[in-house]
Amino acid sequence: MLSVECVEKSYGRGGLFSREREHVLKNISFECKSGECLGIIGESGSGKSTLGRLLLGIEKPDRGAILFEGKKVEDRKGRTGNISAVFQDYTSSINPLYTVEDAIREPLQMKRKGREDVRSEIDHLLSQVGLDSSYRKKYPHELSGGEAQRVCIARAISTEPRFILFDEAISSLDGSVQMQVLELLKDLRKRYKIGYIFITHDIQAAAYICDRVMIIRNGEIEEIVKVEQLKDVQSAYTKKLLQMIIA
Amino acid sequence: MMNILEVNNLKIWDSRNDRVIVPNSSFHVKQGSCLAIVGESGSGKSVTCKAIMRLNSAGIRQSGDILLRGENLMELSEQEMRKKRGKQLCMILQNGMRAFDPSCVVGVHLKETLVEHFGWSRDEITTKMKNAMESVMLKDPIEVMNKYPHQLSGGTLQRVMIALAIVLEPDILIADEPTTALDTISQFEVVEQFLQLRDRLGSSMIFISHDLGIVKLLADEVLVMKEGEIVEKGTTQAIFSEPQHTYTRYLLSSKLAMNQHFKRVMGGVSIAER
Repeated sequence: MLSVECVEKSYGRGGLFSREREHVLKNISFECKSGECLGIIGESGSGKSTLGRLLLGIEKPDRGAILFEGKKVEDRKGRTGNISAVFQDYTSSINPLYTVEDAIREPLQMKRKGREDVRSEIDHLLSQVGLDSSYRKKYPHELSGGEAQRVCIARAISTEPRFILFDEAISSLDGSVQMQVLELLKDLRKRYKIGYIFITHDIQAAAYICDRVMIIRNGEIEEIVKVEQLKDVQSAYTKKLLQMIIA
Repeated sequence: MMNILEVNNLKIWDSRNDRVIVPNSSFHVKQGSCLAIVGESGSGKSVTCKAIMRLNSAGIRQSGDILLRGENLMELSEQEMRKKRGKQLCMILQNGMRAFDPSCVVGVHLKETLVEHFGWSRDEITTKMKNAMESVMLKDPIEVMNKYPHQLSGGTLQRVMIALAIVLEPDILIADEPTTALDTISQFEVVEQFLQLRDRLGSSMIFISHDLGIVKLLADEVLVMKEGEIVEKGTTQAIFSEPQHTYTRYLLSSKLAMNQHFKRVMGGVSIAER
């Protein structure tokens, strides 16, 4: 259960001595139940990635609170292993000096298991994302985009999190690979009962995987609707957004 | 109809490890038409287009004939080729952010390009660019020209590139995934500009994309590439209605589940189809 209450965030802009501030997020409040898949849709510059960073606890909001099961998400103890993330840029998401095996082992080591357990766990995780154990010794540059993103997903599910945040995780993949990854995510969600927060500008992909979608514009929530009710959206902006999809 | 660009037996290989990237490709672009190249990443789409521009990095070699209005580009010296690039062959890249010089304002880049090709004065350039930028729906052209690339959004930069292409009036415009890095709204606007660009200039175009929805809107002919080889080519209508090759069918079907789901959610109304 993730709840966001009246969150505000602004960044300084215009150099070191400037007092000018850019208001990135304004009065954001919503809730996400455990096991739910919530899509966050917005244009570039709408503040959706900033919101993502706040949800992960990497940054703190200026005002308001983000609570994960009643505890503040900034507090490491509350979130360790419970919230994972997969980002857009798969080339920079894995340490280039690590093999696939090292990359997945890193979060597993937090759980202090025996070496043999970790080995079999890595094999299991790789098979969960549709890769075989021959990938263990490969380096990130030897992987295609889809494969690298699968490794990132395997790493994200390794700690058995309650929530995974995807920040444009499929946007830089090819059409057909995008579909494979989406199917994989749907499948994993069923198996592990993980909640997803799916940040994207691709409304079709969001509609495919999410239960609810939140449309965000200039740092404000425009609308939150269930996917089934997407055709009955109220706000003018959302209607415009839906008309501009090239299918 | 005359062929503006003809590519015959183009072979591209990496001289460092003798890996062949494109074994043997031949195709042509008709005057005033739009050819789309589709395929997954790593299929050799971008390399083919860079080969036409002769912009591949030093280790990558190419052989074959590339005829632009009957003139063989492969036989030109680097200096002559430089004059062709921009003026006759114009390229729009995927990432607008990386296409401009980050250390100076956008206007400087535009001025440099236009001085090189036309030798126009400052005022001439400003008025021509202003008109072109207004025609691609950029509201405040002068302000845009006085901004650095990082201050502008990807969609705006991509439209500045299109405006520059309008002023240059190239014989052939090569667009390498120009909409992939954009969000839904900017994507729609940029595609709109490409459609108008075709109507206005009647210039020929090579459009690389993996987004089949956009290809369907823009292209006259489609070329499907897989692992460096052209597996199928034909008119857009033929490719979309009666694909012959299994790979083409696979590409067409890949996003179908998502599109259909979306249509179902939206109550059967298809969106942005014209």
